[in-house]
Amino acid sequence: MKKVFLFCAIVVLAIGIAAMPASSLAKGKGPIKIGFIGPLTGHAAQTGRDMLAGMQLFLIDQDWEVAGRKIKLITEDTEAKPAVALTKVRKLVEKDGVHVLIGGLMASTGYALMPYVDKKKVPAMYVIMASDDLTQRKPGKYMVRTGWSSSQPSHPFGVYAAKELGLRKVVTIGYDYAFGWEVVGGFQRTFEDAGGRIIQKLWTPVGTMDYGPYLGRISKDADAVFALFFGSGALQFVKQYKQYGLKDKMTLLGGGTTTDESVLPSMGDEAIGTITTLHYSGALDTPENKKFAKAFRAYAGKVASYYGEGPYTGGKWIIEAIKAIDGNVEDREKFLKALKTLKLTGAPRGPYELDKFGNPVQNIYIRKVERVGGELQNTVIKTYPKVSQFWTYDVDWYLKQPLYSRDYPPLKK
Amino acid sequence: MITEFRVKISGIIAAFILLVILPPTLPSYWLTILTQILIFGIMAMSLDVLMGYMGRPSFGHAAFFGVSAYVIAILSTRYQVGFLGCVATGFLLATAIAALYGLLVAHAAGVYFLMITLALGMVIWGLAFRWVTMTGGDNGIAGIPRPDLGIPISLEDPIFFYYFVLFVFVIVLFLLYIFIHSPFGQSLIGIRESESRMRILGYNTWLHKYLGYVVAGAFSGISGILWAYYNGFVSPMDAELTASFEVFLMVILGGPGTLIGPALGAAIIIFLKNFISAYTHRWLLIIGAIYILTILYAPGGVMELGIRFAKGGDKE
Repeated sequence: MKKVFLFCAIVVLAIGIAAMPASSLAKGKGPIKIGFIGPLTGHAAQTGRDMLAGMQLFLIDQDWEVAGRKIKLITEDTEAKPAVALTKVRKLVEKDGVHVLIGGLMASTGYALMPYVDKKKVPAMYVIMASDDLTQRKPGKYMVRTGWSSSQPSHPFGVYAAKELGLRKVVTIGYDYAFGWEVVGGFQRTFEDAGGRIIQKLWTPVGTMDYGPYLGRISKDADAVFALFFGSGALQFVKQYKQYGLKDKMTLLGGGTTTDESVLPSMGDEAIGTITTLHYSGALDTPENKKFAKAFRAYAGKVASYYGEGPYTGGKWIIEAIKAIDGNVEDREKFLKALKTLKLTGAPRGPYELDKFGNPVQNIYIRKVERVGGELQNTVIKTYPKVSQFWTYDVDWYLKQPLYSRDYPPLKK
Repeated sequence: MITEFRVKISGIIAAFILLVILPPTLPSYWLTILTQILIFGIMAMSLDVLMGYMGRPSFGHAAFFGVSAYVIAILSTRYQVGFLGCVATGFLLATAIAALYGLLVAHAAGVYFLMITLALGMVIWGLAFRWVTMTGGDNGIAGIPRPDLGIPISLEDPIFFYYFVLFVFVIVLFLLYIFIHSPFGQSLIGIRESESRMRILGYNTWLHKYLGYVVAGAFSGISGILWAYYNGFVSPMDAELTASFEVFLMVILGGPGTLIGPALGAAIIIFLKNFISAYTHRWLLIIGAIYILTILYAPGGVMELGIRFAKGGDKE
């Protein structure tokens, strides 16, 4: 009997100790706490590691200090699953009391977090999560997007594919969730408006490891295939695309993550010639990017990727905003306003500014995989400057259209 | 001499006092963890009916959890159905699915039971994943509001939501306790020990197993309802194999056939998951090691250890 109560007492004590730091640190001016989430395990672990490296790299540059206050980075693993991300964000906000959140990979995670973040009034930096609608039809109040929107790079790419590559019939294949739908949807809209036609759309579950069944179904009439994958799925798809003999028959196009530098070093010659689109390339030939790429390689031991650049620039964004409000991050409204109105120059990806919906207007690069100096890279073959999330469409018209989804835009008969 | 019964009862009372008195002093994060523990505790206890008492370990128990969670999500976000409508539909649909599945699994045992429940569980996962127009596919459904009970207390407040879940937990525990100790519950234990003997004694063992399965499914449905309201977000992950497997391990860790043990197992796993993961990204490794140690050294789970520990002081 006594032991039972002893046990209970120990439990109470343990919980008390575990709970203490959050409550005792909440008052007084402790360090500024940045909560980082990203997939550090699972099929997208490589992207998560790049994200974390980008973030750490910037904070090391900062000497972990801003406006006279220390910076504390608290990291959590999301396993690339929205539900896990929500649990971890809850922990970062409620237990660790972070002042700002950064990271997150999946567009679906972006949608899942928004109601919670708005309820808790914690500024969240969307540096990678590209959920279209959060800067379109369902704006997130506490979200600050310094990354991109999923369909943003696809819009110019659709035009490029139709006009400059002269493609007419394209098959799309991509991950079956918000990000896949939006990237493919954006490509389909502009590609068809420019005279091309999508003849088949295939969807695979996130994290699929064998694309054989899908590759076999790709229509032989197509001129090209547009593929959207990331993490180890991208590696596997590009490899199998070659193995199934499709590489020599149809050009492989893709969303930027398909040949992102987070996985590119693990690819072989099968990736060469693939044309993809994104707002960044590790091979971008500007002084800012060269400096970043060099530092990233020194720190992470690999080529810089968009997953590294996003949190790096996002981190810089946070620091500049904190400077602007003199380190007073406890005043959340003021902090949020500083984050939302900041203007930043000298980002590795090139010039950018936020539009009135809060999405960056930035350069979009069409990149082709080449082998340079023994290493694969995304060589920029065309730059579309100052691309808005709405491309050249009328904003009001655009917002009246449904969000890109599995069935929208539909296949034309 | 302390009997096992007295240890259990005093443990339960102590735990209950802790669960009622302590929470208002906890920071909101630990409150949410505690709420999660209770929700998964309900699910683990419902699985214990199958695993511990009926001797039929299932790999598809998250299916019913997922069904009711999705019902709540869909009805409350898309059709603005009220609390009672959501709960009734969620519970009934989860029970109906259990009743349907029961027809297919009740005859099986051992590995066959595992395999069939695994496959049937995957069907629900598949629906959640592929029926995109209804479930949102891999995106899941976000923005589920906390229920409005029509009383002045708002369940938006973590502490009131916690007490709401605790209230349900206690009722479920009570109901399951009665169920297990009823003649019907005892017949399930009989089936676990020797089905052929029960049959010879004149029991319709198929029907008993069928009803046991439906009851377990229905209670799992209750936890799904609470989860949807608690988390505000459902995704195919809630119904997938990993989820089923996790409850399975909660039961193993806690001690199958002890009812309250699996709830303890849920507490340990959820605590470890949320606590260790903050310190190391290798937290799965630690949880894995704990499972192995449990199976090697405490096959009866934490419950058995606890009872051994409590008795140990007084030499019998």
